[in-house]
Amino acid sequence: MGKTLAEKIFATHLRDEPFAGTKILSLDRVLCHEITTPVAIADLVWRGKDRVFDKDKLKVVIDHVTPSKDSKTATQAKILRDWARRHAIPDFFDVGHNGVCHAIFPEKGYIRPGYTVIMGDSHTCTHGAFGAFAAGVGTTDLEVGILKGVCAFREPATLRVDLNGTLADGVYAKDVILYVIGQLGVNGATDRVIEFRGPVVDRMSMEARMTLCNMAIEAGGTSGVCMPDMTTVDYLWPFIKDEFASKEAALAEYRRWVSDDDAVYDKVLTIDVSELEPMVTYDYKPDCVKPVSEMAGTPVDQIYIGTCTNGRIEDLRQAAAVLKGKKVASTVRCIVSPATPKIFSDALAEGIIQIFMDAGICVTNPTCGACLGMSNGVLAEGEVCAATSNRNFNGRMGKGGMVHLMSPATAAATAITGKITDARSL
Amino acid sequence: MQKKFGGSAIFLDRSDINTDEIIPAKYLTEVTKEALTPYILEDLKLDGFDPKGEQLKNATVVVTRENFGCGSSREHAPWVFEVNDVHTVIAQSYARIFRQNMFNCGMLAIELPKADIDRLMALQRQGQVEIAVNLDAQQIVARAGTEEIPFSFEISQFDKALVAAGGWVEFADARY
Repeated sequence: MGKTLAEKIFATHLRDEPFAGTKILSLDRVLCHEITTPVAIADLVWRGKDRVFDKDKLKVVIDHVTPSKDSKTATQAKILRDWARRHAIPDFFDVGHNGVCHAIFPEKGYIRPGYTVIMGDSHTCTHGAFGAFAAGVGTTDLEVGILKGVCAFREPATLRVDLNGTLADGVYAKDVILYVIGQLGVNGATDRVIEFRGPVVDRMSMEARMTLCNMAIEAGGTSGVCMPDMTTVDYLWPFIKDEFASKEAALAEYRRWVSDDDAVYDKVLTIDVSELEPMVTYDYKPDCVKPVSEMAGTPVDQIYIGTCTNGRIEDLRQAAAVLKGKKVASTVRCIVSPATPKIFSDALAEGIIQIFMDAGICVTNPTCGACLGMSNGVLAEGEVCAATSNRNFNGRMGKGGMVHLMSPATAAATAITGKITDARSL
Repeated sequence: MQKKFGGSAIFLDRSDINTDEIIPAKYLTEVTKEALTPYILEDLKLDGFDPKGEQLKNATVVVTRENFGCGSSREHAPWVFEVNDVHTVIAQSYARIFRQNMFNCGMLAIELPKADIDRLMALQRQGQVEIAVNLDAQQIVARAGTEEIPFSFEISQFDKALVAAGGWVEFADARY
């Protein structure tokens, strides 16, 4: 019987099985940010165990509220900063160098096929795009990860989503994942890995694959995963070129993680995306999705383009293509937050930032910010936001506020008209 | 050290209650668990529910439906229960991270089938529901008025060990 990618990673990283079904995995990466890590640090200090298992395997960023907005967030940043310095953690990203964790860590080449990755952040599933097992965990798991380099899991079954056909122009990875979540429901993949397969995924960039995997948690999934291929190798090549004689050699090494043809799946969902329309959420759960045609005309107050789902260069290009030469409607305000300094810099070089500025958009520094109602665009009671983020929970972007999730192209079109709009209709 | 389980129940009769509802993100800037205390379930969307009400104040057990604690990985969700003395949650199902976080903190996330949750919910009509937990016997007994109903539950050896150890840090530190 063959193995899935997740089963291969579990088999190679199994450190202990204290009870049947409880797998203690050794970790290749423990990622840290300033919201969930400080309490772990404080507890380690309190226990007299202020140590790290391997400083090279820890990657640390201040990203959720940065630059700090008040004394409390400044304290969180300081706890993380002091800790990173105390342990001489080489890969720590502070103001001026920092970006959204699930964008900056892949961009730095830290995530590789076959890795085990945890972080005190539910969207850690994003990193599965590289063929890694990447799971969001709480602060206690994070704390043990920092101290011991292990984490406990029940081995998850794998749910395969085969994406066939060809995406129509103006339909993107975000539309696909919103549709998939609509099909699975918000707990349709609980305790499961979602494996994204098929020709549609094969043709996707790493950025688009990260968008897919990013929202696996919105269906309850432990990790999203894509199979490593030449696209993965090309993306990672600047970081791995000294490790391999050629890209083909790297591919041969990474392909060993690919799920076997006779692997066993809990469930297989087959979707032809050819007829798929851009998708938009309604209500307060990410599985409440409708085609944009059914949501068109819904007025909004704010548009937010960015986040770990859709703040990458490809996303900004899609938004800029819609916004070029256009203005943001006078009834709304639009905020763009490029997810990392490199993305910001690339967008600047490509003229994308100028397009945004000319349209009347506020371009902020890279941060999670408004996505979770922290800073840089929090909603007032009763306000509605069109957002490229991943959660439309009640009050997510501000108490009493409502969020409609959509692609960067749909968000950009919505900014121009002030109402939810299909970018293909402009 | 093992925590105390059981006590007065509050019923949150809805599925998919997410961690943003349990503790909104704006309070994640607190660096102590105790500071979260007043904000428990502040944004819960549930008709008739009062986050400042007496019933929640007196509760030490939460009974709810499917996929409880979905969304964010924030352990602040179990913590806000912990600092409000709610050490026991009983639900039909949980989001993975929330469930793990509960046991990692040495608290109980008990799963019961839908029919049992329905019976528990119905018991409210008899008055305030008190729940006794017997972890060794893997049984809870719910009492209201003159009615008393026992329920059996499953719990893995690992989860039991975490509860006994007082949490995952204690367990892992002794072993790895």
